[in-house]
Amino acid sequence: MSAPLLEVTNLVKRFGGLAATDGLSLDVLTGETHALIGPNGAGKTTLIAQLQGELSPDQGVIAFKGQDITREPPHARASLGIARSFQITSIFPEFTVMQNVALAVQAREGHGFRFWAQTAHDKRLLDPAREALDTIGLTHRANRDARDLSHGERRQLELAMALAMRPSLLLLDEPMAGMGRQEGIRMTRILESLKGRYSILLVEHDMDAVFALADRCSVLVAGRAIATGAPDAIRNDPAVREAYLGKRH
Amino acid sequence: MAEKTRTNWLNLAAPVLLIGALACVPLIAQAIDNPFLIRLFTRVIVLSIAAVALNFVLGFGGLVSLMHAGLFGIGAYGVAILSHHDYNAEPILFGWMGTSNLAISGPIAIALAALAALVMGFICLRTSGSYFIMITLAFNQMLYYFFVALQEYGGDDGLQILGTIDFAGLNITKRITFYYVCLGVLAVVIVAFMRIVGSRFGMTLRASAQNERRLIAIGVPALRYKLAAFVISGAVAGLAGALWATGQGFVSPADMAWTRSGDLVVMAVLGGLASVWAPVVGATVFLVLQALFSNYTVFWQLPLGLVIIFTIVLLRGGLLDLMLRVRKQDKGDAA
Repeated sequence: MSAPLLEVTNLVKRFGGLAATDGLSLDVLTGETHALIGPNGAGKTTLIAQLQGELSPDQGVIAFKGQDITREPPHARASLGIARSFQITSIFPEFTVMQNVALAVQAREGHGFRFWAQTAHDKRLLDPAREALDTIGLTHRANRDARDLSHGERRQLELAMALAMRPSLLLLDEPMAGMGRQEGIRMTRILESLKGRYSILLVEHDMDAVFALADRCSVLVAGRAIATGAPDAIRNDPAVREAYLGKRH
Repeated sequence: MAEKTRTNWLNLAAPVLLIGALACVPLIAQAIDNPFLIRLFTRVIVLSIAAVALNFVLGFGGLVSLMHAGLFGIGAYGVAILSHHDYNAEPILFGWMGTSNLAISGPIAIALAALAALVMGFICLRTSGSYFIMITLAFNQMLYYFFVALQEYGGDDGLQILGTIDFAGLNITKRITFYYVCLGVLAVVIVAFMRIVGSRFGMTLRASAQNERRLIAIGVPALRYKLAAFVISGAVAGLAGALWATGQGFVSPADMAWTRSGDLVVMAVLGGLASVWAPVVGATVFLVLQALFSNYTVFWQLPLGLVIIFTIVLLRGGLLDLMLRVRKQDKGDAA
């Protein structure tokens, strides 16, 4: 039994009268892939944003590696080992693919106040960046400008940047959003290869992918986790079927 | 293997050619016996330094600052006020009589500009977009009226430098000597910024302009980097101001009016924001056309404005874009 890497207790976030997160509790164990499913508007992205630090919860505690990080700013959480990939692709369009990933390596190293040495020849940045691109299978695009990538490739780049941070927890917000079938299958394979090596909190709509990847699955409805368990158990949970899966399965 | 060596010929050869061409100006001026040319191009070089400094935060950090004339003015007044005290033998601080030695007053002027950039940048950089522009404009006006109010140093009328400014005993105010001093400073500034732009710091700054949210998400406290860049930029603007005061022998609040801030932005945009040295081209075109048109009409702003509008509408990347296009046609448009 591994200890929880991330422990969320009784989290509340309100936007005016709407409680987007409403007393939510959740944990991610070390090495597990924990999928988060739920209908649109259930508060999945809001939760991810609070875990990463972009949004500040109104109540509740977020603990990471046993440390309370509820009030830590996002850049500090990234340094502690939390990496987020965004639902809407977020990259540096004017940089090459390699520069995008090298920047993430540089951020992890934390030596940004160097004014003279040129990054274009810095092996300490380029080697780990190339490794991350290899893992994701984007090496052949390394010298392209990021803005020239296809949608699927951009999503891969997002993931490569997250990996280059050497995180202990990956927050993946719909990594397959907007992808075609082929690209989706490709991304599922990539995520499969990461499984076990990283602790992952995965928000995803593609049920095939979720059931293929997840060790555990939590169902989010109206800002709370109504069920958590193994994917098979979730699939057969009557409350879940009614709230969410019922319409599809 | 170096990653995508973007160091195309233009980016390395152009600044060398540019500095080389500017180095010939005094020779031409002497050949055609037109000393005005040296004065004009001294102005071009000094304002180029300020425009290059501005473009570091504008072109690479995405920060449209309208307070760089104010920082420039702090540098100029720093040198002028210290020399004023030296000339009148009046103590300025703790019985110190000031100095006309640029080796001392220059660094002090730069430090003051950097300090102002630090304090004001700390406030401005909490905003972004048009709010940032408006706050920097407000700070520029504050600095402007601060010096207007300083009656002791001439107020509105400005301050004449009556003593002779030297650099650690060397006479640098001879017109041609001073010209080459400024050109040397410009060359050093360009090289330094070209290095910084490709460094870890520069990559972080450029990333903050493209996608600050993402930069923070990968673990970089973006504000710190933007502030550091703003301070560096402000210090170099102050350096330009110090040279300006030395060269003109006179400073007035008009040198730091917000319209000068606007001129610097126009020089950067006209030359091209994407390169460290292109604002030098912008400053040259701007000031030479200004001098040319003002020979014919007092309404020189009109034709100059038209030139600027056409350049920006037709070449979105500024004059740099024009040079790149010519180059591309040479190669049969390989890119």
